[in-house]
Amino acid sequence: MKKLLSFGTRSCAGCPASLAVRRILEAVGDNVIIVNGTSCLEVTTTQYPLSSWNVPYIHTAFECTGAVASGVESALKKMGKDTHVVAIAGDGGTFDIGLQSLSGMIDRGHNVLYICYDNECYANTGLQRSSATPYGAATTTSPPGKFSIGNKTFKKPIVQMLAAQKVPYVATASLAYPDDLERKVKKALTIKGPKFIHILAPCPISWRFDSSETIHVARLAVETGMWILCEIENGKIKINVTPSERKPVKDYLSLQGRFKHLKDEDIKKIQEKVDDDWKAYKKY
Amino acid sequence: MDKKFNEGAWAEPGTSVKNKTGSWRTFKPIVTDRCVGCGTCTKFCPEGAIKIVEKNGKKKAEINYDYCKGCLICLKECPFKAIEKEVEK
Repeated sequence: MKKLLSFGTRSCAGCPASLAVRRILEAVGDNVIIVNGTSCLEVTTTQYPLSSWNVPYIHTAFECTGAVASGVESALKKMGKDTHVVAIAGDGGTFDIGLQSLSGMIDRGHNVLYICYDNECYANTGLQRSSATPYGAATTTSPPGKFSIGNKTFKKPIVQMLAAQKVPYVATASLAYPDDLERKVKKALTIKGPKFIHILAPCPISWRFDSSETIHVARLAVETGMWILCEIENGKIKINVTPSERKPVKDYLSLQGRFKHLKDEDIKKIQEKVDDDWKAYKKY
Repeated sequence: MDKKFNEGAWAEPGTSVKNKTGSWRTFKPIVTDRCVGCGTCTKFCPEGAIKIVEKNGKKKAEINYDYCKGCLICLKECPFKAIEKEVEK
């Protein structure tokens, strides 16, 4: 069978974005139109005049992934075709710049699967912070130093925000659990209306770890409880992986260069946040 | 390609195969005889450059060195420690 995302992408070695897309396309198949907002994925797979895509693909600007996906879906509906529409954007294009068009797409109830791969910064333009960057992380616009801890804010709770907007299906996924990811994509495609899947994508360059550790870091994020694998279907939450004994977040943070300046009290603060999150999730 | 698509920038599908990214490697992963062909590495290879082939009735992973970028995720994630590395010559 032909590879739906062919060889020769310009992504870095160990890139989570191209890995995520391969898993997604495996689940979706070739009856699809991909709408891709500006991100590392767009830059590395569509270097003009070459393209890595073997499925119909349209690139949009940062802020209009949701809007273009809406338009494509409406056109297909008018033509009477049942082609899937999958929108893929990074965390900058979802949490910050593209939030309004995503929210509009959900509001109008378009039958689109929106996938955000989250590498927790603007990796494509030089590792600037986004509102998905976690507390304490060093980025080029939140450098740590004498008077700064790095990024001062906690990650924006996008999953809860979208669940509050009554999206029929919201899920989080991890690259370390590929079968779970593919199952969620397949399940999402069976549901009518807007769907959202949030994938944690550990980026070796911006998170500063060795390229061979991508999957290891993704798995540790789940095992330490920093990343909660869950599905929210019509307001009902299901947590997919509950670690019997959560590892200390230090295991996850110490692997990454972007957290190496953190002191014990900072790590304690992050641990407390994770514990609180779990309590809130279990109550929800 | 249809004439109406000539406006704007477009590219032929799958043309990036021209980029032989194998030249990026510092380390080269090598599949040893310990490989049982379980396929774990195929799910974790960002390039999709590993496939399971059957040789003499035995399944084994095969790496496409034209495109493998040498990230070594396969080496790290192999449950049988069946992949080793050497410095690319």
